[in-house]
Amino acid sequence: MKREIPLMIVMVTGIIMFLQYFFPGRFLFIPFISSEKLFEFLNDWVMVIGILSLPLGIWSLLKANVNKLKAADERFYSAILLMGFLVMVISGWMPEWRTKGVHLAIFQSVLIPIQSTIFSLLAFFVASAAYRAFRARSVLATILLLTAFIIMMRFIPMGPISDINNWLVEKILMVPNMAAKRAIAMGIALGATATAIKIILGIERTYMGRD
Amino acid sequence: MRFLEQMMKIDRRWIYLAIGLAVIIPAIIPFTVPVPVSKEVKNVHDFVENTDSNNPLFLAMDYDPSSMAELNPMAEAILKHAFSEDRKVIIVTLAQFGPGMVEEITTRIGKEYNRQYGVDYAFLGYRPYPAITIMLMGTDFRVPFPQDYYGTPLDSLPIMQGVKNFNNVRGVIDLTAGNTADMWIVYGNGRFNFPLAIGITGVMAADYYQYLQSDQIFGIIPGVKGAAEYEQMIGKPGQGKEQVSYQLVAHSVIILFIVMSNVAYFATRRQKKTIGGAQ
Repeated sequence: MKREIPLMIVMVTGIIMFLQYFFPGRFLFIPFISSEKLFEFLNDWVMVIGILSLPLGIWSLLKANVNKLKAADERFYSAILLMGFLVMVISGWMPEWRTKGVHLAIFQSVLIPIQSTIFSLLAFFVASAAYRAFRARSVLATILLLTAFIIMMRFIPMGPISDINNWLVEKILMVPNMAAKRAIAMGIALGATATAIKIILGIERTYMGRD
Repeated sequence: MRFLEQMMKIDRRWIYLAIGLAVIIPAIIPFTVPVPVSKEVKNVHDFVENTDSNNPLFLAMDYDPSSMAELNPMAEAILKHAFSEDRKVIIVTLAQFGPGMVEEITTRIGKEYNRQYGVDYAFLGYRPYPAITIMLMGTDFRVPFPQDYYGTPLDSLPIMQGVKNFNNVRGVIDLTAGNTADMWIVYGNGRFNFPLAIGITGVMAADYYQYLQSDQIFGIIPGVKGAAEYEQMIGKPGQGKEQVSYQLVAHSVIILFIVMSNVAYFATRRQKKTIGGAQ
């Protein structure tokens, strides 16, 4: 029963969610069941289940970092993490506290600069990687190099040459790029559909773990 | 030839230094770059322009501070455009670090254009699980957002009167640096069939042109360049127009490095062949 009950829940829920899409008014023409309400109810459950996993995540994070406080070389980072966690939770506890004071100050003066800095480092790595990787070693590498070159050139104003380059960029994006992207998207969609059917029918069970 | 060989093995720190200097130059010597307006950006501009003042625009700002350099100029340009034309805007964020940032932008631009919160614009806040939130908003905005970001019930906000779901808004513009664009396309436009446009980072642009041709989205604002185009159309140069000059210099340096690396590669390869042939 340890496996059968979860499998049954997944199958029933999956079939209901699949069918409600095709019955926009009354679910399976049953007078007292609205497909819309059913959809809202089941999606609410997803959020409830997700929120229940949040304390588990917080517990795991706190436990791991409290343990790290004992190790001399990792103590500093764990202390910062725990301090940041506590300050942000306490300072943002009430909705009205979030738009002023410590919570907003930490967000705007610490988090925003840190995230922006980390992301801006990408420019340096991309430049270095482009220098080493974009070499015309073979026919395919040359095609990649030329395409990247044309796409990047659209950011450089070159008078009438820019018009020709922009036209070329549009053709590259709208024809070969789109054909490849669509093929990939369709492959992913078919794969996802097949996996969903396998999960609903109980063929795919790896999501339940080994037990 | 020795120089070319050295070029092949150049220390990456020299490249970092060159890029660092490249992004400092426009800060010391500011200059403007002409930005031709593309059709996909013009579509978004015209959409905001043609929104009537009773039909709110729905703006999803689904990005974190990490990508604010590219996406904030778009958000600011769209908000400035909407507010200057007396359009109403409903804003949400489906990014976990979004709320503080969105609150700052909307409040600042709202004050700048003398817009009244709750009447001219509203910020509903953040909810996790983007796909589910989008689908729930399709039935009623009040299901995922019974209250706005400040804790006010949605029914108390004048802008939300008569606005139940996506059927009651002019359309959606999603500004994102991640896969929420896919969720808006699949679960939003696909299921509820509202007009959708996206503003995305430059590197993401190539992935989304397919949806433009299939009419699943009516417009794309790609990266800083797209933001600069939008600013040019509304006649309010801002961060986008400023940043495009930084991008221009940085891209020129990268292109130069790629050319140099290929010249060095071919020259050293020819030399090796010659030496090999002589032996």
